[in-house]
Amino acid sequence: MSLEAIEVGFVPLVDAAALIVAREMGFAAEEGLDLRLVREPSWSNIRDKVALGIYPAAHMLAPMPLAMSLGAGAMQAGVIAPFILNTGGGSVGVSHALAAAMGIDGPAGYGDARAMGVALLRAAARRPVAIGAPFPQSMHVELLRYWLEGCGGDPDRDVTLHTVPPPLMTEALAAGEIDAFCVGEPWGSLAVERGVARLALPGAAIWAWAPEKALGVRRDWAGAQPDALAALLRALFRAGRWLGRAANLPSAAELMASPGYLGVSAMLIERGLTGALSVDGSGAIRRTPRFIGFDGVEASFPWRSQAQWIAARAARRWGFDAAAAHAAAAECFRPDLYRAAIAPLGADLPGASSKVEGALESRIGVASAQGGLFLGPDRFFDRREYDPDVNDCY
Amino acid sequence: MSKLRVAVVDADRDRALMIVDGLKDAFDDVDVVVIGDESGLARRIAEAAADVVLIDLASPSRDALEQIAAASAAFERPVAMFVDRSDAETTRAAIEAGVSAYVVDGLEKRRIRSIVEMAISRFHAHARLRAELAATKEALAERKTIDRAKGLLMKARGLSEDEAYALLRRTAMEKGRKLAEIARALVDAAELLR
Repeated sequence: MSLEAIEVGFVPLVDAAALIVAREMGFAAEEGLDLRLVREPSWSNIRDKVALGIYPAAHMLAPMPLAMSLGAGAMQAGVIAPFILNTGGGSVGVSHALAAAMGIDGPAGYGDARAMGVALLRAAARRPVAIGAPFPQSMHVELLRYWLEGCGGDPDRDVTLHTVPPPLMTEALAAGEIDAFCVGEPWGSLAVERGVARLALPGAAIWAWAPEKALGVRRDWAGAQPDALAALLRALFRAGRWLGRAANLPSAAELMASPGYLGVSAMLIERGLTGALSVDGSGAIRRTPRFIGFDGVEASFPWRSQAQWIAARAARRWGFDAAAAHAAAAECFRPDLYRAAIAPLGADLPGASSKVEGALESRIGVASAQGGLFLGPDRFFDRREYDPDVNDCY
Repeated sequence: MSKLRVAVVDADRDRALMIVDGLKDAFDDVDVVVIGDESGLARRIAEAAADVVLIDLASPSRDALEQIAAASAAFERPVAMFVDRSDAETTRAAIEAGVSAYVVDGLEKRRIRSIVEMAISRFHAHARLRAELAATKEALAERKTIDRAKGLLMKARGLSEDEAYALLRRTAMEKGRKLAEIARALVDAAELLR
């Protein structure tokens, strides 16, 4: 049987793992696809090439499909997210000078979002603080803003946010252009390894289970090629399952280290995959359970409420009407396509397609087709909840 | 018309110079700044006070330009990626050629389009040059390998140069492979047996 060729763009990050594993471990081929991964140096390239129809689908920052559908940024195009590629996986890091101004020393305090946020804002009252994030329409920007606001700050007044491409984050810190960053692995660990930064928080300390990257798919392609899309989602789901087994992570890191994919050492990649990060270069390792999630329905289901959280937070800042964005968000994340594709694998699917975000304190069983689906915890650090039906707490 | 200021962000110096030449040929009223080093890109572009920024798509710093476009903090005038909605082909051709343009608000569209078209043609010309260079290099390397393989055969089997070449050619035809591949295999094997 000949395989159907499909070209998918990706950016070199640990959270491209499901795409890389789907190809390299043969899951895509078993689903009848010749999945061709093309590395792109920027999110702008990903956006433009999907909008222009050069790629039918790509590794995207979770806010990008909605941003593109609304027309925030240069290119407007109907883009949907039928699959979440991972949750979490990023870190907030600070320069040594800023760490000193914040009064943090050694690994103590790592992961305490409120203490770190208050310390950062206090430092920012005495000196300018510039924070780098990879793209204007990203979860990094959303998490940073949510975090600083929740600690009583104003991200527009107290700090400045700069767009810095992940591979250049270390240089920008070393050159003093930024004092802190929020970035996906392996780029945070690389900054620690090069001695220019220490980590303050895993992204999961701000929102315990935040959608991070989505598979962004051109809406017209999804309509024209439903079988190819379903096959791709199944391959990704199986890749996510494979990544959920700790014993596979060293092999995953080796695969991803090759120059065609990430081109950084497997050791650094493995830290990002396992969530066991070196915080300050002293060798102290801090292990964050659920640092990054790839596995199963819990990680990959595209909840409409996640897209609506993004809309509630970002749409006005992007220059769009909040109510219109709320409605567009419900059409952008596509649990229906996910269900249709994944059901044949026998996965237990949730009864609902939307939920209250940030409501789960611990692991809990939820209503599902087979009664065996467990979710959580998924708390925000400030313990607020987001109910998409109320949609007024933002 | 006021003098046009163009910044070219490209780590490939030869290609950047081709674009500079192209701009100078096409417009008599243009100032060009080449930015090869991407650190502090936003600041450098602001300092250059460019009306048009041409950036190589292989540069990760494109995302930093997006923020300038979004916030315009570094610019006094709003900047946006040049997307010609009346002529989507130009945008697509630019992306496929590997270049994109950011322009300040209010520039005449016809003028920008001619700059973008020039950049597209120079990117293509540069890609062709590079492909030709790679092909030439490969041809030279192949010829060297074939010469070495001929030498090995001449020595090992007492053949003349023409006979050695004929033997290689015949073997390649029989096996349905390229002459250079057969020569490479012979040279590799000889190195192993040394």
